[in-house]
Amino acid sequence: MVQLTVNGKPQTLDIDPDTPVLWAVREQLGLNGTKFGCGASLCGACTVHIDGEPVRSCVTPLSDAEGKEVTTIEGIAAPDGALHAVQEAWIKHQVPQCGYCQSGQIMSAVALLKDNADPSDADIDTAMAGNVCRCGMYTRIKAAIKTAAKEV
Amino acid sequence: MVTRVEKKAAKKAKRANESRGRKWTRRSFIGAGAVAGLAAGGALVVGIAIRPGDRTDKLAKFVTDGDEQLVTTWVKIAPDNTVTAIIPHGEMGQGIHTALSAMLAEEMEADWEAMEIMEAPAEKDFANFELGREFMMGGANIPGPLFDTVNGLMLKAAQSMDLQITGGSTSVRFTGVGAMLTAGAAAKELLLEAAAQQWDVPLSELRAEKSYIYHGEKKAPFAEFAVTAATLKPNLRPKLKARSDYKLLGQSLPRVDIPAKVDGTAKFGIDAQVDGMKYGTVMAAPVHGQSVAKMDAAEAKAMSGVHGVYNMGDYVAVVADGYWQAKQALDMVEVEWTSADTDNVSEETIFAQYAEALDNGEKTVLHKSGNVTKAMKEASSVYEAEYRVPYLAHACMEPMNATAWVRDGKCDLWAGTQNPLGTRMVTADTLGMDSENVTVHTAFMGGGFGRRATPDYTNQAVQVAKKAGVPVKLIWSREETTQQDHYRPSVLGRFKAGLDENGMPIAWESSFVHKMDPPEASAVFYDIPNVKAQYAESPTHVRLGPWRSVDHTQHGYFTESFIDELAVNAKMDGYEFRRKLLKDKPRHLKVLDTAAKMAGWGKALPAGQAQGISICESFMTIVAEVVTVDMSQGEPRVLHVACAADAGFAVNPDGFKAQMESGIIYGLTAALFGEITISDGAVEQSNFHDYTMVRMDNAPEIDVEIITSDARIGGAGEPGTPPISPAVTNAVFKATGKRIRELPLSRHDFGAAS
Repeated sequence: MVQLTVNGKPQTLDIDPDTPVLWAVREQLGLNGTKFGCGASLCGACTVHIDGEPVRSCVTPLSDAEGKEVTTIEGIAAPDGALHAVQEAWIKHQVPQCGYCQSGQIMSAVALLKDNADPSDADIDTAMAGNVCRCGMYTRIKAAIKTAAKEV
Repeated sequence: MVTRVEKKAAKKAKRANESRGRKWTRRSFIGAGAVAGLAAGGALVVGIAIRPGDRTDKLAKFVTDGDEQLVTTWVKIAPDNTVTAIIPHGEMGQGIHTALSAMLAEEMEADWEAMEIMEAPAEKDFANFELGREFMMGGANIPGPLFDTVNGLMLKAAQSMDLQITGGSTSVRFTGVGAMLTAGAAAKELLLEAAAQQWDVPLSELRAEKSYIYHGEKKAPFAEFAVTAATLKPNLRPKLKARSDYKLLGQSLPRVDIPAKVDGTAKFGIDAQVDGMKYGTVMAAPVHGQSVAKMDAAEAKAMSGVHGVYNMGDYVAVVADGYWQAKQALDMVEVEWTSADTDNVSEETIFAQYAEALDNGEKTVLHKSGNVTKAMKEASSVYEAEYRVPYLAHACMEPMNATAWVRDGKCDLWAGTQNPLGTRMVTADTLGMDSENVTVHTAFMGGGFGRRATPDYTNQAVQVAKKAGVPVKLIWSREETTQQDHYRPSVLGRFKAGLDENGMPIAWESSFVHKMDPPEASAVFYDIPNVKAQYAESPTHVRLGPWRSVDHTQHGYFTESFIDELAVNAKMDGYEFRRKLLKDKPRHLKVLDTAAKMAGWGKALPAGQAQGISICESFMTIVAEVVTVDMSQGEPRVLHVACAADAGFAVNPDGFKAQMESGIIYGLTAALFGEITISDGAVEQSNFHDYTMVRMDNAPEIDVEIITSDARIGGAGEPGTPPISPAVTNAVFKATGKRIRELPLSRHDFGAAS
């Protein structure tokens, strides 16, 4: 039995505590926005926040999230549904193509801007290098992060 | 008391209702709930297909609800005046749902803001007729009197080939130009004619605008005329607008699929949900073509949550309560695979086999002009080079997956696929069912790039679900996705040029292994009078498949490297050399000049930096790229890509630019790092640590300039890819003096940082 909070809602999950957070949120909680990409912390598609810090949920056991606050892509908009500035910027710059990696990209970008309101190109490179976009939308992601930085 | 049978019947009825209620609309993709305002029950349908024969009755049942009217094959109108475009292509990020529906809206004068988009169902009658015609006619103009005959034949052909494929950069240039513009214009003409009848006014006094028909001040929504319109005979060749009159096309419309892709609600194949669903994963024979010799699954079967472990012949499957449990259990299954000669195949044996095929094998001539043999003899010198490229995996971000439910002689399949109709046929075949009993539910694809045109992963899902007796979501691990791909072929290519006294080529001969598509990939558009391109088949056990731009990837690299070598040999600038050979090709020249100008070709650069240029034509689009590389750190770092492209006309300019950016990064990954190698018959790479990707920290800046010409509309999804690798290696040569005749660049040592 693992107790945690997901997107502000307390949850009790009766599954093997070794189960990666990725599969717990997808299969147990039906939060499908977080994506499986590599299963080995190599691509960033599964990025979520645990207590505000970005983690790769595909290799993070549920036990690590015990008693903590997990935030997924479904949980970053305001309670009234207003999109996060990063999401708005993603639309403005028409970032996604296939879109599969974008939940992870957005979660990494949100975490970056929380700690660094005015990231340089090098800061963005460092913070985002763990997220692969196979459609190659890196220039748009960078531009969108800079736009969002002005709003956050 | 409710019996089991009754329960089952009730469940079945519920499912039937759900499936009737499941709309293939944009809204259902985005997942914002049910479509409002559409009454269930018998649809009033008197639609007309703009394709030959009135097949609307057949089509309507798949796509309409309540009182909607199917006006032509690709458009329907609801009573609330919502116009829905029916798009016969899958969305994998290329923005095709947006571009094609805009093409329809443009000619139809439909209100773009209120438009709905629906992916065509995987039904034979939605086989992509335009695609079939273009493929078979090679884009040729069909003589007027033959038009209807040819149309009829091509529809039959498209159906029998199960053509509903998203690939070959065909969506806009074939489906869009051939079907959407025409369907839109035909629908508008039908609605105007219906209005003329209903209002009893001359047709010439009516106009259509934003889904309304106007007569002076009087106006009424399209929907008011839909019923009458659907009884009229459509004009197969309606008058189309001039490009200069476009209101929507040529504008950068925001893509309709993007909002759902920023809030986690977009539904990909992997997000399918079916009541009672279990999760499966598989391990196939690491050496393609081998099968299970012995399997010990005792330990795996005893693990908690495991539903079953199955020997499926050439792969092993585990079904469990969750993916992670299935994967843990699969890792515990001990498998011995059969052995064969292919176990000894390696990179070295493959390329030795290719060399043997080129040395002594039978060759087929693909392109021939002039007399190469004679010209080579007369040449003042001959220049030769040999190039090789490795196998490449697609590495879609979404691992291969599909969800299947096989029961009561029927099968439902949920999957992201570039080939819904083909998948349906293959599924029916596998299950020994009539294809009528197979329903394919498509979803967004987390990358396709050609991989999702091959339905092997869906077929496994179907087989495993049948075995398990429950709905199964089958997900491949990243390792499986990497090692069980259908790869871009590894290729050996030999090039020979006969040169005049100034070093200009008068003869060009290429010999290479493998030929997929399109055949023109190995053609040369430069002004060289004597050309011969020939290939030898040299199959191995490694599975091959289409990879973004297909044969253009290797031939773009070969041709543009060899041309660059010839320029160096002639002691000429690579840009000027190409210009000379393109003097009678104004479109190519303009593209080349534009890219050169964008990049400031020839300008002074910091030490260690250099520029490389290339130009390729693929899928009717001409693209030139100028790359700036920095070699000062020892290994190549691409700083900037200037890209100029002429696709005739860009339907959605920002979408077109995004496709160029994407194609460039996709090709750059291949140029810098991409290689799938074979050892002991099996693929060596497994995940992103050894199949390396371009990432944010090594992605170049990219500028794209679109050139509009009067040419037919060309493709966008693939043409950005072929020019990038030769542009990079040509720049590397300029910076280092080292000619790269074998990709990827990571194979080459450039020494320590200077």
